[in-house]
Amino acid sequence: MERIPILQIGEFLLVTIQVDMHDQLAMTLQDDLSERISATSAKGVLIDISALDMVDSFIGRMIGTISGVSRIMDTQTVLVGMQPAVAITLVELGLTLPGVRTALNAERGMRLLNNSAAPQ
Amino acid sequence: MAALQPFTLTAIRTHQASLVAEWLAGLDASGATRNLKADDLKRQTEEFLDLLHAGLQNGDASNLNAGAWDEVRLFLEKLSHSRALLGQDSQQTATFIFSLKGPLFALLQREYSEQPAQLANQLLQVSELLDALGLHTIRTFQKSREAVIKRQQEELLELSTPVVKLWDGVLALPMIGTLDSQRTQVVMESLLQRIVDTGSEIAIIDITGVPTVDTLVAQHLLKTVTAIRLMGADCIISGVRPQIAQTIVHLGLDLQGVVTKANLADALKLALHRLGLSVAKAG
Repeated sequence: MERIPILQIGEFLLVTIQVDMHDQLAMTLQDDLSERISATSAKGVLIDISALDMVDSFIGRMIGTISGVSRIMDTQTVLVGMQPAVAITLVELGLTLPGVRTALNAERGMRLLNNSAAPQ
Repeated sequence: MAALQPFTLTAIRTHQASLVAEWLAGLDASGATRNLKADDLKRQTEEFLDLLHAGLQNGDASNLNAGAWDEVRLFLEKLSHSRALLGQDSQQTATFIFSLKGPLFALLQREYSEQPAQLANQLLQVSELLDALGLHTIRTFQKSREAVIKRQQEELLELSTPVVKLWDGVLALPMIGTLDSQRTQVVMESLLQRIVDTGSEIAIIDITGVPTVDTLVAQHLLKTVTAIRLMGADCIISGVRPQIAQTIVHLGLDLQGVVTKANLADALKLALHRLGLSVAKAG
């Protein structure tokens, strides 16, 4: 079955969504990610959605949920590389993803994670 | 409905010169010739009479949508389009057709003076034909005007939303004019695209030029700010004038933690501070 890979880099997990998200894929990702967070006790998760150029309300909500789940498991989550069209769609759908941290690209997202992980 | 008598057609043909002269005099008297060159007008009237004659010969006067009237319709469309561009109003444009009635009726009266029944019938036919042509002119005129207005609106939309770079990593968007849904969309798209292109972390939206902020405008602003945040950049709203600040508070609008500044300078200062930069006096 098709899966989105979750890579471990030091204390952080890296998820890059390179394919079109469909509903089942998003559900699997949510399960996989929470398992991996629990197994590795990662300090941060970086979700790169720069290749995602289309979202519907379900995927939008799943992105929010995945971030929320990670946060509850005491992991900093940063969503990076959102395309303008995706941002506009999410806003129009009323999915403002409150509490989800965002960054322009993976590099800045990584810096953000490093900064927030440092004091602990 | 009975068609026009061939006799009427011949009458129009033989008296065309005097018809044109009387028609032009009528146009002059009604003031519809303002801004128009006399030569052009004379050419237009003659051309129209020719086309009308051809149309009457080939087609039925009761059905203007028929192929025989294509040329007449096309001529009128071109005419009213050019009138619209010249800034004439609908009355002046319609008068072009309607002022033909006077001379034409006078002609028919002379020609049919012996046959009152025929005269009434022909008058009705001619009148209906000219009315239909006049309405067609007005409709085209209005369409042309609407097209002009639409084009201007689009140009205004493009003109009024420039995204400027204030510093490395700082973009500014000075908004001028009312914010409606369509403009918000254009603004949002161009700003977000520029954020991606330049990798800027901070965007300043300056609303000094926005005349009023009501709940709808505030909602549009919030949408833009949220979209910018989702992209991973920060947004500062500057240029909140005293009246606007009062309106926002009176309306009980919740700006949801959006950073607002009184003017662009303060916003730029904050942006530079966030980037770890400071401005110092030289020397």
